[in-house]
Amino acid sequence: MQFHWHMPANAALHGAALDGQMRLNLAIFAALCVLAQALLVAGILLRRGPQPLGHKRWRLEYVPIAAFTALFFALAWHSERLWAAMRYGGADPAAMQVEAIGMQFAWYFRYPGKDAAFGSTNLRLVAPGEGNPAGIDPADERGRDDFVRSALVLPAGREVDLRLRALDVIHGFSIPALRIKQNALPGQVFHIHFTPSIPGEYSILCTQVCGLGHYRMQAVVRVLPAAEFDTWVREQRP
Amino acid sequence: MNRETQSAATASTLSDARHLVGTVVRPRWREHQRIGLGYLGIALFALGIGAFLSLLMRVHRVLPALSLPFLGVSRPEDYLAWVTMHGTLMVFFVLTVAPLSGFANLVLPEQLGSRTMALPLVNKVALWLTALALLVLLAAFFVPGGIPIGGWSAYPPLSVLPDAGPGQATGMDLWLLSLAIFCIASTLGAVNLVVTVIRCRCAGMTYERMPLTVWSWLVTSLLTVLAFSVLLAALVMLFCDRHLGTAFFVPSLTWVSGAVQQRVGGGSPLLWLHLFWFFGHPEVYIAILPGMGLVTMLLGTFARRRIIGYRLMIGTTWLIGVLGLLVWGHHMFVAGLNPFAGTAFEVSTMAIALPSTAKVLNWLVILWRSRPKMQTPMLWALGFVSIFVTGGLTGPILAQPALDSYLHNTFFVVGHFHLIMAMAALFGIFAGVAYWFPLMTGRMLSERLGRWHFWWTVFFAYNTFFPMLLTGLSGEPRHYAQLDGLAGVAGALVRSTLPLERHITASAILLATGQLLWVANVIRSWRRGQPATPNSWLSTTMEWAPQDTDLICHRAPCEYGLPSQPADHRAVFADTDESGAPFLPQWATEPTAE
Repeated sequence: MQFHWHMPANAALHGAALDGQMRLNLAIFAALCVLAQALLVAGILLRRGPQPLGHKRWRLEYVPIAAFTALFFALAWHSERLWAAMRYGGADPAAMQVEAIGMQFAWYFRYPGKDAAFGSTNLRLVAPGEGNPAGIDPADERGRDDFVRSALVLPAGREVDLRLRALDVIHGFSIPALRIKQNALPGQVFHIHFTPSIPGEYSILCTQVCGLGHYRMQAVVRVLPAAEFDTWVREQRP
Repeated sequence: MNRETQSAATASTLSDARHLVGTVVRPRWREHQRIGLGYLGIALFALGIGAFLSLLMRVHRVLPALSLPFLGVSRPEDYLAWVTMHGTLMVFFVLTVAPLSGFANLVLPEQLGSRTMALPLVNKVALWLTALALLVLLAAFFVPGGIPIGGWSAYPPLSVLPDAGPGQATGMDLWLLSLAIFCIASTLGAVNLVVTVIRCRCAGMTYERMPLTVWSWLVTSLLTVLAFSVLLAALVMLFCDRHLGTAFFVPSLTWVSGAVQQRVGGGSPLLWLHLFWFFGHPEVYIAILPGMGLVTMLLGTFARRRIIGYRLMIGTTWLIGVLGLLVWGHHMFVAGLNPFAGTAFEVSTMAIALPSTAKVLNWLVILWRSRPKMQTPMLWALGFVSIFVTGGLTGPILAQPALDSYLHNTFFVVGHFHLIMAMAALFGIFAGVAYWFPLMTGRMLSERLGRWHFWWTVFFAYNTFFPMLLTGLSGEPRHYAQLDGLAGVAGALVRSTLPLERHITASAILLATGQLLWVANVIRSWRRGQPATPNSWLSTTMEWAPQDTDLICHRAPCEYGLPSQPADHRAVFADTDESGAPFLPQWATEPTAE
């Protein structure tokens, strides 16, 4: 397989802006790096000149520092708007609900079923070998139609509200192609939201060292066209 | 200045000038210098093991099925154990020990015009505790389960629950004990350095005249006291979670390997992340600030240039220190912080890029049209600048939470911090050894071997760590024991980095092999190197002054080639610099009024 030195093709709605910011940053900092190295080499090789004088410091140091301040401010400002759009607000109430559960060394994905509500869970009921890796409590009505899968299936073009949990240690939930990454912590639930835009199969990786099987804690996300996804959901049974 | 003092001053200048062309220095190892050598020995030992482990890691990543002599085929947990041990050894026992404790003990009192440390007993205890901490850490190789596998940042609950993986039982306890001892040792050592800087300056050594090395050791020591005390508290809390049933860092219920574990109360792993990185980020400045100070002094010395903006350099050192305490959250953008905190830490992290930028600009200004003396300490200083620029410029990218939400825990981060913390800081260490070697041993390191070593190292350092930025951009995560043989699209993504990974591994092996040149150079030159002249590099700082009289500091360091130099004074120094440029050491008295 051929290596691409750049990011895998983006497949999420917010990814285009993120990629633009990344490209801008890489271009600016690569150019600054080349410029600084060139100044370093030129400074050494050029014929010796007079001592740099104190009164030139404004021109030599403070003006460039002011320029760098403006540059960093502009980059931070731009990227801040991206971050705010990604994380400041919650998901749309109509967004699709799905839960990702990390455990050593697998991901499970729970869908809320027809009632669009997750049933309560209990760690004491977790039993992956018996088909209940999420620890769904059978006493809770809302959980009766919840179903759990080992691959994540999502519709293209619809916002996803992803609940993240972990059962044992910290795991890192990452889908490079969808430009999302968020740690899953035991004892806490985090929400991230995003909109997959292009159908396809993308990798889910664990990005927080979680034990000896960390390197093989992977899964797949299948982004389906909306109609296909609806068919898929209808076919699922708890 | 009246006539008498003027002539006395001229006489003393002349005697200094004679001293400059005199015979071999007879190194007199003072107590604190022996301690400094002890620290450097510890660091060298840890560096050897840490580098060897990194080679094992590199080979395992590209050839996971390879059977190595004595080790056999390595398991994934072995890989993670090496990761943990490599990180812990390098961060604590190399990058904290050598630039701060090692070099400061070697020359800090002399740079202040003093002969002793303020608290010699505390200083000695700190050295022995550091050695003890290293032994305790290395003992983890030999206990059942081996070394812990959670990396040097030891995130809970992995680090709390012994069932969570091999090495998380006894090995983890030894890790905790070792670092707790190390915290105490570093704090003691840092307290001694702070008191020494405040109390042991010779007459005339005002704060503004202190070399930038001293300034950086001072700020670094203050950071050490603040950061390591927080780490010590966190380590004690982690110990309580492991053995006393408390729940600082674990929730009330966890499900590990099929069993539920319950605790009274419920904590959060996020608390550990806050405490750890509140220590961890100042720690990286503890590793790099001494290098920055030394490099600035070396650029001035070998370019025979005044360090313009000296106050600005002192100020940026302080700014980096203070802001360094406010940026820990950028390690946690995707850890589960409130997104507003992400913004706050983005701002503080972007802000800390400015004093670093100011330092780089200053270095470029000092060097501009300087035609410096390209002796080995200067080569390492220039290498430091080059690598620091390359690695440092990736910092503002990672400071943006939106971009970090893609790059976090990829090899981009590994490349970033290895360029700065590993390579630039290591270049600072090599610069320091080359620069102070004649002072300590009375002999010069071989310039020829030194040049080979430098160019070899800088070439393979770039070849090893720069490609990591690229594999990271392609999405390759950290801490993966194996890249081949994984299923599905995820396996394909990880596998696609293998060609570049092989290049990195080959470069890393060559990078490490090249260090034998340095070992050979140090051993050979120490025994029968070319005898050094006093003030071998025509430095201005006081550690190069004749140490047999009481010293008085007369001026700021790096007073080279002032245009206002009187002609007769120029003549006194003419034979000390090939180009005939005059220079004024801090200890010599200027014949004309100051």
